[in-house]
Amino acid sequence: MKTVTLSHGGGGKAMKDLIDVVFVSVFDNPLLAPLDDQARVPLASLAQYGDRLAFTTDSFVVDPLEFPGGDIGKLAVCGTINDLAVGGAIPLYLSCAAIIEEGLPFDLLERMARSMALAARDAGVDIVTGDTKVVQRGACDKLFLTTTGIGVIRGDVVLGAQYARPGDVVLVNGVLGDHGAAILAARGDLALDAPIDSDCAALHGLVETLLVAAPNTRFMRDATRGGVATVLNEIAHAAQCGIELSETAVPLREPVKAFCEILGLDPLYLANEGRLVAVVPPDEAARALAAMRGHPLGLGACRIGQIVERRPGLVVMHTVLGGDRIVDMLVGDQLPRIC
Amino acid sequence: MCLGIPAQIVCIDDADRMLATAEVGGVRRQVNIICIVDDHHPPESCVGDWVLLHVGFAMSRIDAAEAEATLGVLTELGEMAP
Amino acid sequence: MKYVDEFRDRDKAAALLHAIEAVTEEIRPAKALQIMEVCGGHTHAIFRYGIEAMLPDAVELVHGPGCPVCVLPMGRVDDCVAIATQPGVILVTFGDAMRVPGSQGSLMQAKANGADIRMVYSPTDALAIARNNPEREVVFFGLGFETTMPSTALTVLEAERDGISNFSVFCNHITIVPTLKTILDSPDLRIDGFVGPGHVSMVIGSAPYEFIARQYRKPLVISGFEPLDLLQSVWMVLRQIADGRAEIENQYARVVASGGNAAAQRAIDAVYEPREHFEWRGLGSIDHSGVRFREAYARFDAERRFVVPGVRVTDPAACQCGEVLKGALKPQQCRVFGTDCTPETPMGALMVSSEGACAAYYRYAAKTV
Repeated sequence: MKTVTLSHGGGGKAMKDLIDVVFVSVFDNPLLAPLDDQARVPLASLAQYGDRLAFTTDSFVVDPLEFPGGDIGKLAVCGTINDLAVGGAIPLYLSCAAIIEEGLPFDLLERMARSMALAARDAGVDIVTGDTKVVQRGACDKLFLTTTGIGVIRGDVVLGAQYARPGDVVLVNGVLGDHGAAILAARGDLALDAPIDSDCAALHGLVETLLVAAPNTRFMRDATRGGVATVLNEIAHAAQCGIELSETAVPLREPVKAFCEILGLDPLYLANEGRLVAVVPPDEAARALAAMRGHPLGLGACRIGQIVERRPGLVVMHTVLGGDRIVDMLVGDQLPRIC
Repeated sequence: MCLGIPAQIVCIDDADRMLATAEVGGVRRQVNIICIVDDHHPPESCVGDWVLLHVGFAMSRIDAAEAEATLGVLTELGEMAP
Repeated sequence: MKYVDEFRDRDKAAALLHAIEAVTEEIRPAKALQIMEVCGGHTHAIFRYGIEAMLPDAVELVHGPGCPVCVLPMGRVDDCVAIATQPGVILVTFGDAMRVPGSQGSLMQAKANGADIRMVYSPTDALAIARNNPEREVVFFGLGFETTMPSTALTVLEAERDGISNFSVFCNHITIVPTLKTILDSPDLRIDGFVGPGHVSMVIGSAPYEFIARQYRKPLVISGFEPLDLLQSVWMVLRQIADGRAEIENQYARVVASGGNAAAQRAIDAVYEPREHFEWRGLGSIDHSGVRFREAYARFDAERRFVVPGVRVTDPAACQCGEVLKGALKPQQCRVFGTDCTPETPMGALMVSSEGACAAYYRYAAKTV
């Protein structure tokens, strides 16, 4: 079985071949083709989309590399696109930096690159520059990917957590916790057979649809690590408002609910990779929901809570029983429990 | 230490080793049924049983009649209250 | 989810709360009634559903020493880290135990420093790791009350049957009855009734609690874990108080049989014997409150296979966990609660695990205006 070796990172012919065969051939676009040390983009071509450059980066270190519903490649592309999209930016270009552990099977690397290429093509985004390093066994865990993305924000789009105000409505675009549960189940050590796929998806199309229907949307954020609970705490803190959630309104797939009950996990803290939280003014909420539900990535869109004046900085959940509890910031990772 | 969840035995994997598959909400896991098996309830008879699942062991067969009774008492208590 | 959702019904909860108010009115207590629960799962459920705040002011819930993770002494964590850091060892544990701080750090920190520490859901998964890694020594960190004792014991019996020679257990299982006695014998105790641990009772039955009713004249109601279970159990305790009764009752009859589980008890009896005493973080040493492997199972006893420091580490002086565990103090009354002792920087047993009363209180309730 062919594997990646240190010579593939040595800067010589082996490295050039790896880059060509694995990455360039599948990413395949005019901006990448010259294979200069940098991709060059005419400023005028960016300015047609808006008046601000959006610029973000993210590293991806998921284990396992491949899981139901996606893989690290798809994650690396969608994750960075989403960071641009929730700022109201049209995503345009990505870079891809790969740190590869010596001994990684070549066909696995090729699969990941193809996955990135497919995700990028589906999203209408080009991967225009990149870097490859090979490190010795043990110096990284199989494959680390870093993607940096640039996009452009239209002049009339103004978003910020600090703009949330009492009366605003909190929306999500579908069931929560799928990605986090899928990853935990895929790791295998819990020996649970769970029919749960990651929700990994690029959300910029959905965001565009949402902003057309609800142009005064205050803020959006994708609910990745730390889940929806973390995003809501960030909003409550930035806006110095309270947030009230309704437990019965939190949408969960039955297997995710069961998975969490078995392990003692709270689904509000599980990662999502295709879900955003949107805060919209009350008079635009109905239109926002209708628009999202008309989009393939928003079929399950629903209202989960609202921004309130009382208990500023706190997120409070009205439980299914009728009582209240605080949904606090997580301290460290959520761990399965037996108590 | 207390975390247990009701799950249903869907098939017996190995009657000798007392292993079965339990399912809840579509999630499945191999479980040990030694605690719910006896002369009156051999492994095969456990299929369809609802059990209390704790750390991979079926620790108790859930008594449907008792569950109904408990819910019944709760309803009565509600009707009693002013 | 069957047998779960029905016991979370809002309307039935509202009705139960009315009934609780009514019986509290009947009792007309001079001071607030204190009902203690002794189970981490109950503590968690109470906070998850905001039950405490829904009860009348005259009824207070006290969170006793029901979390086996919280009461794990620092010295035992140090012993576990010592085992985990020995060459070739794979230490396998439940998630709860990962963050408990010993005097030299937690298992989580030991993992970060290179120890091979893995989390599992079941001790049988730990045995599977031993089967799949015959050249490594696999040690399972066994902790919990009587609920988890049978699963550890049955796993050891399976290892014995299959001749697995690279598997052992670091046994920290503890028993509930001596602990309850210690609480009941405590001079600063003011507990009016108990909500009994549902899953411990699933194993041991209801007879072991009879002494609480007979000798100490306190009611105890064995409770399930859903919010309606807890509310009904609170009502049943209050009903007993109103009637002047002190009995052991079983609210969780759909799972708990009065005789407990025979197969589980047989496995426990075969594999374990009581320790003369065992240390509890925050409560000190309690006689006959822990178990160890019988001589016949010595080869599965990690304490005999490995050299461990075995050093007793005292809790920080400022720690008031003992008083909170006995119900003498509320979490927020502890002098270091929320200041030196927080979930990020836990000082004592009750802040360490998310099921500990202080951690649960801090996370769910402390900030309520």
